[in-house]
Amino acid sequence: MAGFEPTIVGFLCNWCAYAGADLAGTSRIQYPPNIRIIRVMCSGRVDPIFILEALRNGADGVLVAGCHLPSDCHYLSGNFKAQKRIILLKKVLSQLGIEPERLRLEWISASEGDKFAAVVKDMVVKLRKLGPNPLGNGEISNE
Amino acid sequence: MSKLNFAFYWAASCGGCEIAILDINEKILDVVAKADIVFWPVAMDVKYKDVEAMPDKKIDVCFFNGSIRNSENEQMAKLLRRKSKVLVAFGSCAHEGCIPGLANLHDRKEIFERVYHETPSTKNPNRDEPITPFEVREGTIHKPIFFNTVKTLDQTVDVDYYLPGCPPPVDLIVKALELITKGEVPPKGSVLAPEKSVCDECPRTKDQKKISKIFRVYEKEPEPETCLLEQGILCMGPATRAGCSAQCLQVDYPCTGCGGPCPNEPDQGAAMLSALASILGVDEEMEEGYDPEEMMSQIKDPVGTFYKYSLPHSIIKRKVMKK
Repeated sequence: MAGFEPTIVGFLCNWCAYAGADLAGTSRIQYPPNIRIIRVMCSGRVDPIFILEALRNGADGVLVAGCHLPSDCHYLSGNFKAQKRIILLKKVLSQLGIEPERLRLEWISASEGDKFAAVVKDMVVKLRKLGPNPLGNGEISNE
Repeated sequence: MSKLNFAFYWAASCGGCEIAILDINEKILDVVAKADIVFWPVAMDVKYKDVEAMPDKKIDVCFFNGSIRNSENEQMAKLLRRKSKVLVAFGSCAHEGCIPGLANLHDRKEIFERVYHETPSTKNPNRDEPITPFEVREGTIHKPIFFNTVKTLDQTVDVDYYLPGCPPPVDLIVKALELITKGEVPPKGSVLAPEKSVCDECPRTKDQKKISKIFRVYEKEPEPETCLLEQGILCMGPATRAGCSAQCLQVDYPCTGCGGPCPNEPDQGAAMLSALASILGVDEEMEEGYDPEEMMSQIKDPVGTFYKYSLPHSIIKRKVMKK
């Protein structure tokens, strides 16, 4: 797929991953501009519906990033909940013919700006290989 | 006041919704006292062409059950929409796709392959499949065209009200008929069921929701008083709209979700998935050797469990087929 630039929607938790992304910016670490960041209070706040809606609306990949396991979560166990939801949701996606690799969960602390940049870079490379979101424009015809 | 005109129609459904209408028993007499039934293929000999000959909006209320599986279903949905003042999506199939909607995990090619060739009881050496239009000596036969995707009624035509359930519970049918015959109709687009979840109607005691192991219904004899989900039996109650008085729960069977999503919930399956992930393995999280993959692998068929009735109505709607 020549010239295909994936669009990634990133749900980053307020306390760790968003601060990590902020650090990547203030430290001027270069990473691809493909990600659209949405700040949420906790990775456990990310409803599977948000992820499905992002994919339905044409996102090629979705990144959910939160605080490290087991005990960094500001709300104690939001990251554990996010982890279980994503595992189950990946199974749902593969049953529905959508590559589960499009959905990625990462733990990024406030001091890991470099990790955030590396994750985005890696995701872009993998999504380029995977190609555009197979849901396309989301229209379902009768035929 | 002149009598109302009612119509009942079935598209891709099992016929259970028709039985549900008869289940209102003697109240059907109140219905026919206030309304004439002008079209009801299961009980009356009225042809499609008779419906076509009716003036537009002649039918006051049309109760349409079944999902849109083929071109005949679609054509009748459009015709009945034109002829009806009020169109009610009756039952889970018309509301959200229901069991026929699980065919959205396949497409026409796969379904035909299975049905006409692979099933053990099928002998089809010539590999015959339905062809339309088909020429015979007497003329051309037009059979309905089988669609790739099952759609809900409101993905096909404009729908006024929804009556959820597989089939809709008698109480809800009676209430809906009363509202409509009295002319006290709620705002368009309303689901004619209570604004709460099955758990609110369930008589079982609910305490701390934390589970470690999931049992399938045949693996465990449930205790009669406690919440089934707390006993490890997957119950869709928290993500399912009430109106059924938790009938299944009263006979020790978990809710499978036929009431559709709770109010303002776009995706029933995702809601249940989210809820289940919050309570499964909570005590194990901090333990040494906790393996979330293994914990979640207890759910064998997530789509079949969480989207049993709502796949065509969900956000993703169907499986993406490999080209």
